[in-house]
Amino acid sequence: MNVPASAPPLLELSRVEVAYGGIHAVKGIDLAVGDGELVCLIGANGAGKTTTLKGICGLQPVKAGTIRYAGKDITGKPAFQLVRQGLAMVPEGRGVFGALTIEENLAMGAYARSDGAAIRSDVERVYQLFPRLKERRRQTAGTMSGGEQQMLAMGRALMSRPKLLLLDEPSMGLAPLMVQKVFETILTVSGEGVTILLIEQNAKLALEVSHRGYVMESGEITIQGDAKKLLDDPAVRAAYLGE
Amino acid sequence: MEILVDMKKHPAAAWIGLALIAVALAALPFALAAIGTAWVRITNLALLFVLLSLGLNIVVGFAGLLDLGYIAFYAVGAYTYALLASPHFNLHLPFWLILPLGAAVACLFGVLLGAPTLKLRGDYLAIVTLGFGEIVRIFMNNLSQPVNITNGPQGITLIDPFRIGDFNFAKTDVMLGLTFSGPVKYYYLLVLVLLAIIVINLRLQDSRIGRAWEAIREDEIAARAMGLNTRNLKLLAFAMGASFGGVSGGIFAATQGFISPESFVLVESVMVLSMVVLGGMGNIWGVILGALLLSFVPEVLRYTVEPVQRALFGRMLIEPEVIRMLLFGLALVLMMLFRPAGILPSAVRKREFARKAAT
Repeated sequence: MNVPASAPPLLELSRVEVAYGGIHAVKGIDLAVGDGELVCLIGANGAGKTTTLKGICGLQPVKAGTIRYAGKDITGKPAFQLVRQGLAMVPEGRGVFGALTIEENLAMGAYARSDGAAIRSDVERVYQLFPRLKERRRQTAGTMSGGEQQMLAMGRALMSRPKLLLLDEPSMGLAPLMVQKVFETILTVSGEGVTILLIEQNAKLALEVSHRGYVMESGEITIQGDAKKLLDDPAVRAAYLGE
Repeated sequence: MEILVDMKKHPAAAWIGLALIAVALAALPFALAAIGTAWVRITNLALLFVLLSLGLNIVVGFAGLLDLGYIAFYAVGAYTYALLASPHFNLHLPFWLILPLGAAVACLFGVLLGAPTLKLRGDYLAIVTLGFGEIVRIFMNNLSQPVNITNGPQGITLIDPFRIGDFNFAKTDVMLGLTFSGPVKYYYLLVLVLLAIIVINLRLQDSRIGRAWEAIREDEIAARAMGLNTRNLKLLAFAMGASFGGVSGGIFAATQGFISPESFVLVESVMVLSMVVLGGMGNIWGVILGALLLSFVPEVLRYTVEPVQRALFGRMLIEPEVIRMLLFGLALVLMMLFRPAGILPSAVRKREFARKAAT
């Protein structure tokens, strides 16, 4: 699935810097995600991946640079406005509402919408995508396994009908079998036409499913390119694929 | 909510039950007046505490923001009423004007407290709100110079009672052969206000806003990622809770006829919070029960501790006040051990506590 070079990217970061207190976590990065693309941002723990994502969706103030989404400058826009423009995020550690039921969690995902009938049909769509959630829809989210919670978190994010989905470490803390499942669902969601920016420590899996990849190191993008090429890149292999 | 479910299953039984409750509520002040008018006053004060607890429940129970200075809003409402309806400034505005005004002023104070503390939570928020409560009280205490606004520690006296035309809430009237004393009239007013506030609370809990507060309590980052404007939602909780406090304060000032900063000390905030926690944070019926228990039990003790001790030991060994604090402390410790989510926990809180215990 090659994206034509002429199409303007859905998300475009230029010289973006994000700081946490005194710590300069993201030091001026350029990154672009085209419409319909699945792009991954990989790197070691503490490289600044999550901070980048928080900067994009307005959860962390951006110090410098600009973020453009769907042709508009969204730098510094608060998260609640971005969700209404189709930019959804699945936070690190999933962030499901543990004391609420699956149904209630999905309803929260549609919080920014008010089209009742469409919301109900979207709930059914999510249940089709994740039959497990339907089985357990009256159960509280906190009683589910990590993998199921990740599916719920993704389903919930889909409830906002996103154009762009930001996934933060979806494989974190999951059993290998579950990781496999989660990545299958990422491909399914991507197949539905949702643009995805995937943040992962599991570089191999992330590059295998993505179209393109960025490698982040100490707050800077060091390598970028076609995901398949990155998989063969000796530098990437040495640093992130354990060879 | 249980009542509402019942209504669908057994409408007749539910209506009969409601009718019985209504009759009991209507007859209660006369039964109490037979024992002594003091008990009607005590009941009125208990109802005021129920109002306060329901207001605080919005902030603590629904939105999960720990507020230790809630009594400040009660004070703001009371002083707004007292200043505009007493000889102090020689203003005697009607209560239906200043009661809403008091709510509005308290609401403003709620936002004033909420805005700078939005990023704080848990212990930090508790400390700031505690400070806020004290600041308000100290201001009331000291705003007598250079311009005398609050009359300082002497407080404000001769506050107007509620009046509608010739109908005066402080005077005794005989209607339909029944004697309506001042406290009895205020009792009915309080029950009406209480019903209104219960309905508002119930509607709020099941609303979009109620669910949004729940989500914020659970995971604020995720809530923001869902498109919730957490800032406004938290401010709304503060503002709504504060307005309820303001209304209660206004009624308090009118029923007592006298207020001073001493009525709004930190212990009162702690008391209201204890009512919410004891009854069950987030559960309206639990909160009401908690408020009634903590209001009535001390009064009952006041009248029973002395005779019981005299009968048992022939003399007073422990002062009622001391026993009260002792039992109060013991009750809280036992609650935290055996029913940490409250006597009647809300469904969601029960799940939250169960989950925390499991991990």
